[in-house]
Amino acid sequence: MGRYILLRHREIPDLHRLEVYVRHGGYEAWRKALTAMTPEQVIEEVKAAGLRGRGGAGFPTGLKWSFVPKDVFPKYVVVNADESEPGTFKDRELMEGNPHQVIEGALLAAYAIRAERVYIYVRGEYRSVARRLEAALAEAYPAGFIGRDVLGSGYSVEVAVHLGAGAYICGEETALLESLEGKIGHPRVRPPFPATYGLYGKPTVVNNVETLANVPPIIARGAAWYRTMGTEKSPGPKIFCLSGRVRRPGNYEAELGKITFRDLIFGEEYGQGLLGEGRSVKAILPAGASAPMLPASALDTPLDYESVQAAGSMLGSASVIVLDDTVDIVWAAYKMVRFFQHESCGKCTPCREGTYWLRRVYERLVAGRGRPKDPELLESIARQMAGKNLCPLGDFATSPVLSSLRHFRQEYEAYLRAAAEVAAPAGGR
Amino acid sequence: MGGTVRIFIDDRPVEVPPGTLVVDAAKRAGVDIPVFCYHPKLEPAGMCRMCLVEVGTIQVDPHTRQPLRDVEGRPVVQWMPRLQTACTTRVAEGMVVRTNTLQVQEAQRAILEFLLTSHPLDCPICDKGGECPLQNLTVRYGPAESRFDYADKMRQEKRVPLGDLIILDRERCILCGRCIRFQEEIADDPVLGFSDRGRGMEIITFSDPPFASYFSGNTTDICPVGALTTTDFRFRARPWELTPIPSLCAHCPVGCNITLEVRPSARKGGWDILRVMPRQHEAVNEIWICDKGRFVHHFATAEDRLRQPLVRRDGALAPASWEEALERVAQALRQAGAGAAGIIGDRLPNEDLYLFRRLFEEVLGSPWVTMDPPVFGGEAVARYGVGVGTDFGRMGRGSLIVVMAGDLEEEAPIWFLRVRGAVRRGARLIVAGGRPQKAERYADPVLRYRYGTEALVLLGALRALLEQDRIPPAVRDRLDGLEVLRARVATYPWEALEVRTGLPRAAMEALAEAVAEAENVVFVFGREGVVDGEAFVGMAADLLAITGHVGRPHNGLLPLWPHGNTQGALDLVGVRPLPAEVPVLYVVGADPAGDGRPMPRAGFRVVQELFLTETARMADVVLPAQSWAEREGTFTSAERRVQRFYKALPALGEARGDWEIFVDLALRLGAGWRYFSPEAVMDEIARQVPRYRGMDYAALARTEPQWPPVGTSRELYFGGTARPNEGGLGRVWPTEAEAPGARWPLFWKDPEIPPEDALMVVPVRRLYAQGTLIERTPHLRNQMVAPTVGMHPETARRLGIAAGQPAVLRANGRALTLRAQVDLSVPPGVLRVPAQGAPRAEVVEALQIEIEAGVRDGAVLR
Repeated sequence: MGRYILLRHREIPDLHRLEVYVRHGGYEAWRKALTAMTPEQVIEEVKAAGLRGRGGAGFPTGLKWSFVPKDVFPKYVVVNADESEPGTFKDRELMEGNPHQVIEGALLAAYAIRAERVYIYVRGEYRSVARRLEAALAEAYPAGFIGRDVLGSGYSVEVAVHLGAGAYICGEETALLESLEGKIGHPRVRPPFPATYGLYGKPTVVNNVETLANVPPIIARGAAWYRTMGTEKSPGPKIFCLSGRVRRPGNYEAELGKITFRDLIFGEEYGQGLLGEGRSVKAILPAGASAPMLPASALDTPLDYESVQAAGSMLGSASVIVLDDTVDIVWAAYKMVRFFQHESCGKCTPCREGTYWLRRVYERLVAGRGRPKDPELLESIARQMAGKNLCPLGDFATSPVLSSLRHFRQEYEAYLRAAAEVAAPAGGR
Repeated sequence: MGGTVRIFIDDRPVEVPPGTLVVDAAKRAGVDIPVFCYHPKLEPAGMCRMCLVEVGTIQVDPHTRQPLRDVEGRPVVQWMPRLQTACTTRVAEGMVVRTNTLQVQEAQRAILEFLLTSHPLDCPICDKGGECPLQNLTVRYGPAESRFDYADKMRQEKRVPLGDLIILDRERCILCGRCIRFQEEIADDPVLGFSDRGRGMEIITFSDPPFASYFSGNTTDICPVGALTTTDFRFRARPWELTPIPSLCAHCPVGCNITLEVRPSARKGGWDILRVMPRQHEAVNEIWICDKGRFVHHFATAEDRLRQPLVRRDGALAPASWEEALERVAQALRQAGAGAAGIIGDRLPNEDLYLFRRLFEEVLGSPWVTMDPPVFGGEAVARYGVGVGTDFGRMGRGSLIVVMAGDLEEEAPIWFLRVRGAVRRGARLIVAGGRPQKAERYADPVLRYRYGTEALVLLGALRALLEQDRIPPAVRDRLDGLEVLRARVATYPWEALEVRTGLPRAAMEALAEAVAEAENVVFVFGREGVVDGEAFVGMAADLLAITGHVGRPHNGLLPLWPHGNTQGALDLVGVRPLPAEVPVLYVVGADPAGDGRPMPRAGFRVVQELFLTETARMADVVLPAQSWAEREGTFTSAERRVQRFYKALPALGEARGDWEIFVDLALRLGAGWRYFSPEAVMDEIARQVPRYRGMDYAALARTEPQWPPVGTSRELYFGGTARPNEGGLGRVWPTEAEAPGARWPLFWKDPEIPPEDALMVVPVRRLYAQGTLIERTPHLRNQMVAPTVGMHPETARRLGIAAGQPAVLRANGRALTLRAQVDLSVPPGVLRVPAQGAPRAEVVEALQIEIEAGVRDGAVLR
């Protein structure tokens, strides 16, 4: 057994080819489930393993599956491969390097809820990834792993790949479903949740790519084995995406809760420290642009859901972006606000109007035309947005504002002082 | 479900059915929760976030099932961590809602401040100003001032035509999506949508032609800002200058309640109708009207309205005094006496219809008075029409609606909406017709028979029921003529029915089965393609009677009458054949010459009209009448609801009310008539005409509260601009079948069926078909249906006509000059003509076709 559970292609060349994947135990979990397990047992095993969704929310996967009504058909499994969070690139590597493990996980999910159709919704920009998945499916179909009467079990399942059209919001599961139905990507009101009212109004499970990649090893080796990794509440392996001002950015697979930000950034087998000489960490974005930034004092926080939350942020998709002491925090916050303003779907008022307003205030601030009350205004706008939106995007958009104001207010004040100096001669005339 | 749940809203207990939305429950408790995107007629969207409230649940001790209480004895409430949208949250037992805490108020201020950051604040020039929910809610809930820098405001297009009728102002739009949802959920013309995202999101129309819908005007009513305006009303008045007058739409059988909003107008040199709005009547039109009803009003104030009497002098019509004109008419009528004949249109009010008939029958002693256009089925409707209390809005699961020989959306647009609503609630719809129509989207099944065989289709259904003897015993006891029916129906073998109708036996059996098993059945019948109307409606009546679907609410026949008072004309005048030649013919509010209907030859002709129609041009005396907007009266809808309308405008020129003219003539002819107002006439009708018993003006003006409550400027909940009903809900006269212990006679007549290979002319009614009144509305000009003769390619080939070719068709003594339109939706062997092109569907006896090149005679017929 190698050191990887998920990024196994790093040790096994050509793992994306079916023959290689099967030679290394691929589709054994699938065969085991179909021949020796009931759908309920599959759900129970995943529940027992304590697998939590790797898309960001960390919701228990087995529990999610158990919400699906048994007597309504058809049902669907949708793989959320709309990987769009800034600094997140783990699903891409998984789908490119180890696509069959993702597909096998999706098939197990389908069997668990008795779905007969799986859609893999791939981010629009990931054309090459979609091709890789399609190539994998083209191998798995004739091999009898997908299609009618899989492996003689009497169970039939179809898998199709769908490319999105380039909107961040479609990573939100209900917006994704709307988009998959061919509509504009607007999040739906919940409840009802997709488990009861999902794709085309039918029961649907939406799971992240990495989540599903965890399922075949759980079924193959059992929940007890899986729980030997990670922590009590956050078991299992996790891929950490490291980027920003680090020497060696990339994906790193590690057990949840067993390493800290410091290990990830500075560890020899991980990021190997910051770029350039004599630099220090100024801030960490634990989950791309969505989660509040943390100051350097949080470096020793263990990387699991509970610990990062306790530190005042969220582990989310675990896409860690490192900002060093050369980074202008106000500029960084402005960049992130602009991102959210661009990606807000426009459906709810606070997010649509609030992100636009925030952007306008940041624009004058970074252009040296800030007004003395602008930090208070930014904070107030963000607080007016928070907690009032249909989906999380509107709240995400407040993260860079509120967290940068909390930890780095002095940088805003520097901008204001500069603005005042420019304005002063004019005012004195 | 059943039962109610008890919740607390701002400490007030409220009992509502489970599943009720918190926003509606609050309204029932008298608590206003502000909304923008929510609308009580639409599915909740939860997108504007204006209705955020605190929601909690009373904690219950699992053992005692009693509420847990704190030290002060108050129930312990578990509050949800975030504010919830009241428009998407459904009530549950023990729910506690707070709508006015500091947290909620802060949220309301926040949402309003956000909305106003991108709003142009051009209220002083906005048509919605004064009746605008955004204005009203800002005053009540909003921040006094904005911290947004006006220079940062996003500029957007101010004038985006979404079609000929509706203009969008993108700056004012708050992206609530009500218009989109109305078009999808209510109108089922999903032609609007959101495009782009974030602050760049905008409303677009993606149909060609744009905003193709008969219901587009309703989006301007429910738009909570001034983003959607009609090209008719845009920039013409401030709402507070308008006087709203309750009125009725007379242009289709539905009888929509409307409001005429009037104001003095320099442009018109007098008063003008500035806009027409729906007036809420949940049992008739809810809060909707179609675009024809909204925009057709221009005829009332048209330049070319007749303003003074005309008499023929030296062969030409010339202006004259009322005295001269009336004296000429009186003299002619006096001479003609019992030989005089009258034709009166079915858009005239009941009072005028009643007096016209009395003028002929009592004053002149003439039986020759008839309504125009002639229709069939009046007697069947009087006996087996829909029961009192019938309401599409209350029909759903267990109900069946059958639509036959008519196009629901084209002929009664608001019934289309309401039938669709019933289908959404679980009702079943069967559409039977000779060609496709929009309502077939929800039909289960569609029955496509050959035009002219309607009675046979129903005969097949009757046969199926009689063969299986599916007549409930309680019903059988009330039926008369069952054995005759059974014997005669048996003479029509299945094979013959199948061959002639073009329907398989199973389809007719399925219709029978559906009627027999439904709890309620409303049978909507039209005239399209019908050759033997009496047999058709008679069979429909039999079908309902033997299955017990008559004499009670939500059951019976519902006619697709041509106009808003056809029923009143049947009740008070009726259809009678006139002699071919009469000494004097008096035509009121009808244009038989223009509509291609036969009219007796006459030595002296009087026409009483709004316009110089083709019939009027032939007259010896033309009398200018008032439009419905200039007087009061009543109309009877096809649901037999007698409703009042009120005077909205002063008389135009010297025009007089039709009833006044009749009274004047009767006095000149020596009758001692004493009617001083339409009300006095209605008092007499209520005494003399059994169907109208008790229907005096006071009774008809009664109202009761309607749910959902709609918009006055104080109504913060609904926020639309439909008017509450202050003019009266009217009254429905009961059918004969409803009388206690009434017998239910069955009908029989061997149906007259066109020969199998006959060529038929089928008039088809369209909402925007050419007509004297609608042509006065320039806004609808581009949407008018070009008058064509439509035919299947096969028929065109047979007749040697090419698409687009102008042709004169001479058939059965009439000539139609129309362009040929080759259309696959027309069945082979059928010439589809506009409704005013032919009086009724008929078999073509001899056809002559003139094409530019010359005359081709006798193009093969049989």
